[in-house]
Amino acid sequence: MHSTSVYAVKTLPRKEYFASGHRACPGCGEALAVRLVQKVLGRNVVVAAATGCMEIVSSPFPQTSWEVPWIHVAFENAAAVAGGVEKGLEVLKRKGKIKEQKISVVAMAGDGGTADIGLQALSGAMERGHDMLFVCYDNEAYMNTGVQRSSSTPFGALTTTSPVGTQQKGQLTHKKNMAEIAVAHGIPYVATACPSYPLDLAAKVQKGMDADGPAYIHILSVCPSGWGISGDATIKLGRLAVQSGAFPLYEVENGKYKITVDVEELLPLEYYFKPQRRFRHLSKEMTGQIEENVRQKWQELKKRSEGD
Amino acid sequence: MKMTERAGMEVSFAAAEAVKLCNVDVISAYPITPQTHIVERLAEYVANGELDAEFVPVESEHSALSLCMGSQAVGARSFTCTSSQGLALMSELLYITSGMRLPVVMILVNRSLSSPLSIWNDHSDVMSIRDCGWIQFFVHNGQELYDHVFMAYKLAENADVLMPVIINVDGFTLSHVFEPLEMISPGKIEKYLPPYVPKYVLHPDDPLTMGAFTLPSYFTEAKKAHDEVLKTSYGHILNTFNSWAQVSGRSYHPVEKMYAEDAETLFVVMGSFAETAGEAVEAMRKQGKKVGLIAIRLWRPFPFEDFCHAVTGAKELIVIDRALSSGGPGGPLASEIRSALYNVENRPQIRNYIAGLGGRDVTIEDYILMHDNSIQGSDYEIYGLKGDETSA
Ligand SMILES: Cc1ncc(C[n+]2csc(CCOP(=O)(O)OP(=O)(O)O)c2C)c(N)n1
Ligand code: SF4
Ligand SMILES: [Mg+2]
Repeated sequence: MHSTSVYAVKTLPRKEYFASGHRACPGCGEALAVRLVQKVLGRNVVVAAATGCMEIVSSPFPQTSWEVPWIHVAFENAAAVAGGVEKGLEVLKRKGKIKEQKISVVAMAGDGGTADIGLQALSGAMERGHDMLFVCYDNEAYMNTGVQRSSSTPFGALTTTSPVGTQQKGQLTHKKNMAEIAVAHGIPYVATACPSYPLDLAAKVQKGMDADGPAYIHILSVCPSGWGISGDATIKLGRLAVQSGAFPLYEVENGKYKITVDVEELLPLEYYFKPQRRFRHLSKEMTGQIEENVRQKWQELKKRSEGD
Repeated sequence: MKMTERAGMEVSFAAAEAVKLCNVDVISAYPITPQTHIVERLAEYVANGELDAEFVPVESEHSALSLCMGSQAVGARSFTCTSSQGLALMSELLYITSGMRLPVVMILVNRSLSSPLSIWNDHSDVMSIRDCGWIQFFVHNGQELYDHVFMAYKLAENADVLMPVIINVDGFTLSHVFEPLEMISPGKIEKYLPPYVPKYVLHPDDPLTMGAFTLPSYFTEAKKAHDEVLKTSYGHILNTFNSWAQVSGRSYHPVEKMYAEDAETLFVVMGSFAETAGEAVEAMRKQGKKVGLIAIRLWRPFPFEDFCHAVTGAKELIVIDRALSSGGPGGPLASEIRSALYNVENRPQIRNYIAGLGGRDVTIEDYILMHDNSIQGSDYEIYGLKGDETSA
């Protein structure tokens, strides 16, 4: 099967399907991730998108960044719309109304459109077993509406609705583990990814596309505007997220865990937190506590991926 | 060979039969009383191989309509069906379906909106989405529901219309009764409703972007275009009624009239009210009262001209609403009619009764009472309140 080694940078398709000229902020990690995902998906795909940054930056009428068929309906229903696309294509092929060919069906949403308002539709789609790939572009807040917290915002992070005040210091809850929620649905393929590791990401998209049934990929997408970093630090921050253990890269293929980007020794979490304005209020002790939690989770994941 | 056959069956099953004959590609729905029988029957058809379609039992009405939008966008003839709270949950998407010109057909088995919770019939569900931009019909009986399913697809998929259609049918009062129905042969339907040839589809061979957003520089134009299409769909609706009359022998009109020419008082109703009101009018005519009946079949686009034309001879209209605009001017139908008539000279007086809420029966005697009584000092009256001796 495919593995990371199948892809070398030069073997990534040159063709762009998410055209430049979109209106994302400079250094947007989501836009970069979308671009990479679409490269791997190629031309024979239909994309259903949720409302959010990527939808807004790519589709201001009468312009579009999409060189593949793309539909946006609302915020919480990308998985359901994609389910309809999949069923529609299936029945039309069966009835001979369109020609027989493989057309991948992909749903895309931000962390809000996935882990919060879109969770029900996503769970329904995974449970019903639609043959589709759902990609969550996780920038850890509702960025499109001005950086409000989501259930995917990490503990301690400052957002406009998890402010830093005298009584509260940023997000009070821990990041919801969407990948594990997807795994719990018993679907054939689940992975985490980050565009700072483009070949790893590409291999996972390929696997998700090839999986027979629902696949879920959760992509950490660095957001310079929302995280308070400069636009040229995106790639570096993604690497630090992975190298510190804050966002481990792994996949779960038919229930089997595998860390795809192993880290011999985790970097101090501080390296990852320090450049970001959203964590600037955290004391050394707080960061230390969060780091403990991160390391514990990393160990658990390691155990699971060595399990069998 | 006989061209048509009559069969006694539950109206919900007749509706499902019609959807099957339309050879739909995708059905997606979520259970809610009193819609369930239609959808259950369709699930059986698919399970038995009597209908080659995808039946997708989703986890909510929101997803049911979302899924139909996705399937319709790739060119699959799609069907959904709901009631009451289900419609309310879908409401966000109703506006988007029509804005995106996705010709989904929905049967809305009308039921009251909570609270208090009631599974019984009134029109508060559909009135909550009045302006969602779909073509909307009300039917009077099971035969009409059966017929309107074919017409709805014919109309919705017309390349010059491309609008979703809601067929309103009163919950229980109509959906769960047995009726002798004239069924149409599959051969005739095949001719009347050829396979759907979509105008715009999502397909890699010709990539389209659907559901773009607009800045203020285009939004108003988009809304104007939508309004325009709905208004011009009127002509296509007439054509659809006519072509159906040729197939079935049954003719429909946006505004149905009974003794309207010489009536001094006209009842104005929608849905199954038309049947009982019709009988009441017959009874009153026998007593020499100059009454008649107007039933609005086409709710959107509202047939202003037809309506005004139909009522200009009358002195008084008794508009009966099955929904209440709380804190507002009475019933939504009466509001529409008042604005329709505002510029008409010698317009009839209007009395507005709100009746039949939450499944309460409105009988022939009630119509006679409404006719004979008057409303004191108000534009509308909630009819038949307990302790009100003017009615049973
Ligand atoms: C039903 C509904 N509620 C709220 C909104 C407003 N809204 C639009 S996008 C968005 C946040 C999107 O956040 P996310 O899914 O994380 O995507 P991002 O913009 O961060 O990429 C919100 C709250 C909406 N469009 N629809
Ligand atoms: S706010 Fe963040 S996610 Fe949205 S376009 Fe800007 S950088 Fe990208
Ligand atoms: Mg987000």
